[in-house]
Amino acid sequence: MRIKTTVTCMIAALVFGTASIAQAETLRLLTWGSYAPDELVQKFEAEYPDIKVEVTFSNNEEMIAKLRATGGAGFDLAQPSHDRIHAAQLEYDIYKPMDLSKIDTSVMSTVHLEGVKANTTIDGEVYSVPHQWGTSGLMADKSKAPEFKNWMDLCDPMYKGKTSMRLKRTILLGTAFSLGYDPFAAYADLDEYQRILDEVVEVLIACKDNIKAYWKGGDDLAALMLSGEIVASETWDSTAYRIYNENSNIVFVPPGTGALTWIDTFTLPRKAKADDAAYKWINFVLRPENVTIMSASTGAIAAVNGGQDLLPPDKKAAVTAAWSAEDIANLQFFANIPPGIEDMEGKALEKIKAATGG
Amino acid sequence: MQKDIRRLSLILLFAPFALWIVLLILLPHVGMVFLSLREKIAPRVYEFGFANYIEFFNEPIYWNTLVRTGSMSLLVTVLALIIGFPIAYYIAKIAGPRVRGALFLFCLVPLWVSDLIRAFGWILLLRETGVVSNILQWTGLAAAPVEMLYNDVTVVIGLVYTVILFMIVPLASTLDGMDNSMIEAGYNLGGRGTTVLRRIIIPYAMPGIASGCIIVFMLTAGSYLTPILLGGKNSSWFTEQIYDQFITRYNWESGAAFGMLLLAFTSLVVWLGLRLTGQSLANTVTKT
Repeated sequence: MRIKTTVTCMIAALVFGTASIAQAETLRLLTWGSYAPDELVQKFEAEYPDIKVEVTFSNNEEMIAKLRATGGAGFDLAQPSHDRIHAAQLEYDIYKPMDLSKIDTSVMSTVHLEGVKANTTIDGEVYSVPHQWGTSGLMADKSKAPEFKNWMDLCDPMYKGKTSMRLKRTILLGTAFSLGYDPFAAYADLDEYQRILDEVVEVLIACKDNIKAYWKGGDDLAALMLSGEIVASETWDSTAYRIYNENSNIVFVPPGTGALTWIDTFTLPRKAKADDAAYKWINFVLRPENVTIMSASTGAIAAVNGGQDLLPPDKKAAVTAAWSAEDIANLQFFANIPPGIEDMEGKALEKIKAATGG
Repeated sequence: MQKDIRRLSLILLFAPFALWIVLLILLPHVGMVFLSLREKIAPRVYEFGFANYIEFFNEPIYWNTLVRTGSMSLLVTVLALIIGFPIAYYIAKIAGPRVRGALFLFCLVPLWVSDLIRAFGWILLLRETGVVSNILQWTGLAAAPVEMLYNDVTVVIGLVYTVILFMIVPLASTLDGMDNSMIEAGYNLGGRGTTVLRRIIIPYAMPGIASGCIIVFMLTAGSYLTPILLGGKNSSWFTEQIYDQFITRYNWESGAAFGMLLLAFTSLVVWLGLRLTGQSLANTVTKT
């Protein structure tokens, strides 16, 4: 009997304890490393003293895995890329629609806003708005590889043992483009896409000998590039811009077939508990003065009007060194990933990794 | 009354352990088994079946990776034993009591640093523009930069370094319990060094060897960071396969199946090892 009372008391204490914590509103962000710089978080908390910001750093795949594990609970605002929302929502039901009237969408650049809306509208409801955008492409040390321009230059014997790539879906898509296909168009016909993938796998296995190592993260890549162990690589643009600040010979190279463009979004998890705080955060980081702070941290360009001009000076220099107007007109936006594609691409990547070509 | 108190204290002492086993080990594994037996038919539609296991056996890439992981883990275990045995022997039998403590401490020091940092340490040493390469060039032993990173040898070195402590500790504690007079008797009866080692020391240390090998093998086969960071273009590791299934391919079902297969495979290897050396699991646990 006495044990029972004790247990009841303990449970009651636990319940009340957690309840009192929940009263001071907490905004739990699930976002990319560097997408919530301390400076901005402090500024936000100073402006809204009743909101406390908690940040969890992650990436696309882990964001979805985390939300899937809880059915969309545990976080109040997530930032997956625009191509990772449609299928994940259909498969796992982890997001909830946005109330666009609560967001100042007039500051967002139209092309990105409409693009994201088109990608993330399900049953007439919009699930995401854009935040930052950037590209995946190439980078080269211009003093050692001045002619470097295309995805397949990574496999040019001229640079044998001096190139690198990340063994993920980006390089599959890049290779497909340089073989003359449009993989995004082929998403509609999975058999056709499989044929393209088979060809891509062959090319990349033959290429293995030419690659020094597959890089696994930004720091890994920066070390390879700055030490001069490699002269060119597939890369994220933000990593290339960061390296440019340390060695201005190393520039981002938009591939001839078009840099692959992603837009990171604001998306509400299905069981989010602090929607108002989330909308406040969205509007807050879209303000011009805050955009500059954010871009300084992320290295990506904000999807707001004149986002490029709001970059901090050092990033602006790196962007100017990399991009021509043609390159920007040539951007290839990542298309929605339909169900089943991840498995096909995963198998293709495994085949490349397991092949003993190099 | 006295009896009640004793029973209550027993329950209280046992409860944390029981909770730990049931909540953190047993339940998740049961969950994994269920997950692995689910077949995905369509979005949000699942059916009971063995497709995930069949898929593993039909795709040579998967079981090749498992076999590769298993054989490299065995190699790491053997190397750790060969390198760790003399160290353990020195600590337990030759070093004086004060030196012994210091030596144990030195063995422990690397464990104070996380796996990740230690892997980066190896990267700094072994990369083409790294410390070792530079020293080789400076002393004239190599004409051009030498790349020592990104291959299987590096992975094995890194793993041996990470796990060797788990070999030394059980070995040293078993050898510690051995009476020195047994070794002396061996020599008195005319045995040479190798004979004493083969006929007296190794048989006595067998439980320690077995438990050290089990721990090292399990840790190696289940390690993720070291093989990923140090491995090269062809170095697949089975845990990486499991991670990919869970995270990049959203395929929890086959990821769970792979996890269960890894558990079954390593358990099988351990059982075979115990069988071949004539040890029993209970024996190795109690003697160390």
